[in-house]
Amino acid sequence: MNPVYLRYELLRTFRNRRYVLFAILIPVALYFATAGPSRGESDLAGTGISAPLYFMVGLAAFGGMNAVVSIGGRIAAERSVGWTRQLRLTPLSTRGYFRAKVATAYALALVTLGVLYFSGSTLGVRLPAGEWLRMTGLILIGLVPFVALGIFLGHILTAESTGPAIGGITALFALLGGTWFPIQNGVMHDIAEALPSYWLVQASHVSLGGPGWTGLGWFVVAAWTVALGALAARAYRRDTQRI
Amino acid sequence: MASLDSVETFVRTQREQIDASVEARGLVKTYRSGARIVRAVDGVDVSIARGETVALLGPNGAGKSTTIDLLLGLLEPDAGEASLFGGPPQEAVAAGRIGSMLQTGSLIRDLDVQELVEMMASVYPHPLCVEDTLRQARIEELADRRTQTLSGGETQRVRFALALVSDPDLLVLDEPTVGMDVEARRAFWTTMRQGAAHGRTVLFATHYMDEADTYADRAILMAHGKVVAAAPTTEIKGLVGTRTIRATLSDADDADLGALEGVLQMERHGDVVVLNCSDSDRAIRALLDHYPEARDIEIASAGLEDAFVLLTSDGNGAS
Ligand SMILES: Nc1ncnc2c1ncn2[C@@H]1O[C@H](COP(=O)(O)OP(=O)(O)OP(=O)(O)O)[C@@H](O)[C@H]1O
Ligand SMILES: [Mg+2]
Repeated sequence: MNPVYLRYELLRTFRNRRYVLFAILIPVALYFATAGPSRGESDLAGTGISAPLYFMVGLAAFGGMNAVVSIGGRIAAERSVGWTRQLRLTPLSTRGYFRAKVATAYALALVTLGVLYFSGSTLGVRLPAGEWLRMTGLILIGLVPFVALGIFLGHILTAESTGPAIGGITALFALLGGTWFPIQNGVMHDIAEALPSYWLVQASHVSLGGPGWTGLGWFVVAAWTVALGALAARAYRRDTQRI
Repeated sequence: MASLDSVETFVRTQREQIDASVEARGLVKTYRSGARIVRAVDGVDVSIARGETVALLGPNGAGKSTTIDLLLGLLEPDAGEASLFGGPPQEAVAAGRIGSMLQTGSLIRDLDVQELVEMMASVYPHPLCVEDTLRQARIEELADRRTQTLSGGETQRVRFALALVSDPDLLVLDEPTVGMDVEARRAFWTTMRQGAAHGRTVLFATHYMDEADTYADRAILMAHGKVVAAAPTTEIKGLVGTRTIRATLSDADDADLGALEGVLQMERHGDVVVLNCSDSDRAIRALLDHYPEARDIEIASAGLEDAFVLLTSDGNGAS
């Protein structure tokens, strides 16, 4: 990893104040809007999880998804000014380019998580340190397929279309994954279980003392990672023309 | 015998590879736009020796930028092959030997100019230091500016700095001076000269004939995806074959002037006559023999621009 390159990539991401503020403030505002009114609920819809914790993880899933998928918007913007083509004429490897992009995506996701955890604690979320860590670990792993999704979208969309596409796709994943209300049975549950966003939200189950994810969860996340990763790699390879 | 021949061939190809920095044979690239197929590059050969400065000329849509994309390995040719320094373009790129400025392109935002230069320097194996790069591109005064606040010409100069930062063996520049003011252009070419003096190979596309005329050892003229001429600029001018004699000469018969030995045609602008000559040496002798009173005589060779227009006009390169 090239530390100078990574440092400037991070620096310029966090210098874009509007980008960072929206990435953090929107999930936080949504968190207080949903968890605030039901803050006294200690067992949300029979899940065994308190409302502040459930929505904290739900919005961490949403905010994290937004943060990592939005690297697609940044990639599309760089493509539209010809920067990506210019980078291909340097020794910077594909891997190096994406490492820096993924690192910035995760940096932003981590800041979002931190702010949401703090917000959660103001609404009374208390967990042992080990559970905070395991929960965070699951969320970070659950975000991997969304990183691939972001890269894929960034290489097939134009800069103007990334806004609605990325916003819409993450909103849909969040809704079907249970960010806004627990999905516990029926067809919706069968669909949800096949989505990586469902398992992001399920990270809150570590507070129940279990492993958090079942084997199915690991399988779903891995399968989406492989599929989206292949699509992203293909999109990147094909994307050498002027646009 | 056969083995000796093959050794000779081997040595010769090795030599060619050592001496050539850019080598391409039979490049073809077609684009499909709707039902129409555009042959953007249609059988182009390019060979550039180390240390040469070569201008790529041609009207809009001639295929210059597409040729550059093919040479740099950004596009795969439909047919033919391109190599840089005797290997695949990607290899030379990965080794950090290429500096480039593509025609379409801007900078990424939210960094100072010096930060951006340092960021890009970090990806090369043997970069120049940031100060040297800024000095060579003459943009020291832009060092602290955020990239998104730069003017068009300033952006272009920073892009030039990014092409220089690797201290490349080969510079490929697509219309590098577009948008630069007179002083910036002059500074740009001064830097290019210094680079060339250190053995750097340069390929640049341009629409400014004076740049090609002044700075290039050789020009490649393209039209309709084909190379219509590739020769030293002086020779290209010679291809058009004519020189003009201009003189002040009030009382002379136009028909007599046009009939002078070596003169193809004449024009008169008031007292000034302009003779287009096939052989200006004989024409000037004939003129002075017959009209010793002719004054203010100038003999000029046809400019590169004339050659350009003649060689690239429709019907000349079109198949
Ligand atoms: N992606 C594309 N799809 C379809 N046609 C294309 C594409 N890219 C280039 N062309 C066409 O190929 C031809 C050559 O284009 P190119 O950009 O190489 O020309 P150029 O010589 O660089 O012109 P200019 O002086 O305007 O920069 C043009 O007719 C152009 O319209
Ligand atoms: Mg061009």
